[in-house]
Amino acid sequence: MMATTPITLKDYKVETSPTWCPGCGDYSVLAGVTKALATMGKHPKDVAVISGIGCSSNLPHFLKAYGVHSLHGRSLPVAQGVKLANPDLTVIATGGDGDGYGIGAGHFVHAMRRNMDITYVVMNNEIYGLTTGQTSPTSLIGHKTKSTPRGNVEQPVNPIGLALMAGATFVARGFSGDAKSLATIVQQGVEHKGFSFIDVQSPCVTYNKLNTYDWFRERVYNLQEKGHDPANFGLAVERAIEWPTTGPEDKVPIGVFYKTHRPTYEEQDPAYAHGNPARRAKLGVSAEQRKALMAGLY
Amino acid sequence: MARTEVSIRIGGAAGDGVASTGEILGKTLSRSGQHVYAYNSYQSVIRGGHVWFQIRGGKDPVLYVGQHADILLALDKRTIEVHAPAMGKGGVIIFDPTKVKAEEGEVPAGVRLCPMPLYELAKEFSSNPIMANTVALGAAMQFIQAPVAKFKEVLEDQFGHKKADVVDANLKAAEAGIKYAKEKWGPLDFALPYSDKKRIFVTGNQAVAIGAMAAGCTFYSFYPMTPATSIGQYFADNGPAMGVVVKQCEDEISVINMAIGASYGGVRAACGTSGGGFALMVEALGMAAMLETPLVVALSQRTGPSTGLPTKTEQGDLNMVMGAGQGDYPRIVLAARTVTEAYESTVRAFHLADKWQTPVLILVDTLLSEHFETNEEFPMETVVIDRGQLIKHGGGDELHGQEFLRYKLTQSGVSPRIVPGIEGGNHIAGSDEHDEDGTLISDVRAGLPDAIEMRIKQMDKRMKKLDGARHDLRLPERIGPKSANLTLVSWGSTHGAVREAMAMLKKKGIEIASIEFSDIYPLDAKQVGDLLRGERFTLMIEANYTGQLERLIRAETGWFPNDTLHKYDGEPFWPEEIVAKVEALLNSKKVTQ
Repeated sequence: MMATTPITLKDYKVETSPTWCPGCGDYSVLAGVTKALATMGKHPKDVAVISGIGCSSNLPHFLKAYGVHSLHGRSLPVAQGVKLANPDLTVIATGGDGDGYGIGAGHFVHAMRRNMDITYVVMNNEIYGLTTGQTSPTSLIGHKTKSTPRGNVEQPVNPIGLALMAGATFVARGFSGDAKSLATIVQQGVEHKGFSFIDVQSPCVTYNKLNTYDWFRERVYNLQEKGHDPANFGLAVERAIEWPTTGPEDKVPIGVFYKTHRPTYEEQDPAYAHGNPARRAKLGVSAEQRKALMAGLY
Repeated sequence: MARTEVSIRIGGAAGDGVASTGEILGKTLSRSGQHVYAYNSYQSVIRGGHVWFQIRGGKDPVLYVGQHADILLALDKRTIEVHAPAMGKGGVIIFDPTKVKAEEGEVPAGVRLCPMPLYELAKEFSSNPIMANTVALGAAMQFIQAPVAKFKEVLEDQFGHKKADVVDANLKAAEAGIKYAKEKWGPLDFALPYSDKKRIFVTGNQAVAIGAMAAGCTFYSFYPMTPATSIGQYFADNGPAMGVVVKQCEDEISVINMAIGASYGGVRAACGTSGGGFALMVEALGMAAMLETPLVVALSQRTGPSTGLPTKTEQGDLNMVMGAGQGDYPRIVLAARTVTEAYESTVRAFHLADKWQTPVLILVDTLLSEHFETNEEFPMETVVIDRGQLIKHGGGDELHGQEFLRYKLTQSGVSPRIVPGIEGGNHIAGSDEHDEDGTLISDVRAGLPDAIEMRIKQMDKRMKKLDGARHDLRLPERIGPKSANLTLVSWGSTHGAVREAMAMLKKKGIEIASIEFSDIYPLDAKQVGDLLRGERFTLMIEANYTGQLERLIRAETGWFPNDTLHKYDGEPFWPEEIVAKVEALLNSKKVTQ
């Protein structure tokens, strides 16, 4: 593969086949991510895909890239570390709703306010799949799962609303049943300079019999088709609270809710004035630097 | 005979400026040819309570702070109540009688009360009452005839040219204190050999940060936690100018995972914390070993369990460090006995982490982290940086295969590593058990014959690193006569009290030996066991309840000491305590003479 050859989907192919159930929403996300990267001409050597633990977190193994398949809930700290070490990399974090909105919720909030130039794609299926069907942070009220046999009584997390409040600079929702718009949204997210957050409604065909493809198809509408202005924060909040809410669950907006520009974390850290940390020709300190440091200790 | 060593103690409430006053005095002495050791004893409060800063210094190197005080700066009444008993004949107490009431009868015989109008004298130079500390400092400098020119240099470096008025006001206040004390009492019988020889005045935590920078660390993450915070603080102040990315995170889980990410991304990365924070890092520590990503973690131990005594010292986290994480994985544990060794251990930690591609822990404690010592400058630019088996460029033989074998099975257990950005090296580093190319063997292959075989091979590969790393670690140091009746066994910062105790005993004609651990694990069971079994009578000294290093050594070698001395009150070991225990043992029938 020569650097001058245009990048195509083939460059992202690996031998390992996805281990997801047939029909799983995550296939569309994998296709969307690879399509976006290929379309943008990103070389796989410059891409790092970082995931947590869960069905969806197996995604990095199914495309050709660098990456870390880390711990449950920790994709974002690892992804931020990779980015801080080498800001030239395209860093994508992936995972599920339990991983990102449950055990990793603290990291989710802080990563968004930091605004590093990374993309976070959450495959949200409102259920814990890999542990065979317990309630998740986004399970709807009344949803009967293995761990809530009498129905979930907890208000679901509203990831879009949370992202808007936490300061994400690109906030979107995709739907695995609409692969075309999903790929476009992911590409917009990767192209966005700053923290881009994409919640993807990615149905679990095995353990979630409530939020099925059909359930979503009856409810989704595309924000962009309805003329939504992603520069308007107030309107983004209005759309965000349409679902999940405590009211009638009849509308699930997809598309870009909000997009703005703020300086990225990397742009503001003075350490980068010395160049990309991962690409420094010489490590350690010079005699002059030592003298400067030691002078502060007398 | 005039005294060539002095102990000065400054006491007051938190917020009185005790530590900053003490630091200025310590730096003044370390710039004028004296060896200095200082320890800030404080509490987990911002205002109020009782805090004190003790400086011990003079002609000869000092290894611990001392319990005794020659000069006491009492910023409040409590200081006299608490610290006057630590004074002896020839001692002086400087205080302001308008704030502190003290009578001759309250202090030990031979201790002189030196009341001074500190606040009245300070008022002329500043409206800030803290300036009274500088007047008192002047009086103390007068008693030991410290060179005022060096004091001025410290102020100038601290406040810079922009705040010439602050320097001037402090200098005048100190001079007012000197003048007052000189006229009233004159100098004491100290003959410290002042010179222009200057040394750095540095803490263990600063030495850790400096060692990391010398080793080429360009990423440090942390979450504030006493007593590790000042490593991060030093990095925050000095790191960016050196190209170090310094990141305070939302919690210690993020701290360690970010450092692992940065290491995977290609830099030498480290993070630091205390016991409570380390408890949150445990899962990720195992991941670093599983990903075979180099990682350095500095752990400054404080008094546990739980929140414990946040500002006090202990060697109580070794058990946690050894047992941290599910499953078995290789880890390297280093400690440090002195500030200099904190620097050295940190430099070595980065090399070991890169060489063995596994986490390396540096264990220090409140005493070592926060005490100041005079030192020669660290030879930072002489550090040779070897990143081990790291592929830095594309095009090599390893990259021509179908898939890059990140976890290739090797003799040493270490496989060539590559970082993102290099063509041909794409791989996923996984926390699940994996094949040589990083593919999971945890899902559709788990339990099948080829996966069982690979699981065993990958475990063996990782664990084999300990066999190699063992030879890179330093054996404990033994000092003292070969056939000593009694040998002390200790680790880490206890060194100072041990050595001072040995010197005290020697003065009494008692010579004992000492075996001191700085590197902890992997331990060379044969050599360490033989060394320890060669002693006639061993007394193991640890600042914890259960004898955590003793348990580790016993597990590894079968050896156990004849007697133990454990301390867990949060205070450092005092040499006097060791001397008393040794004398009691020597006088008993336990030790054969």
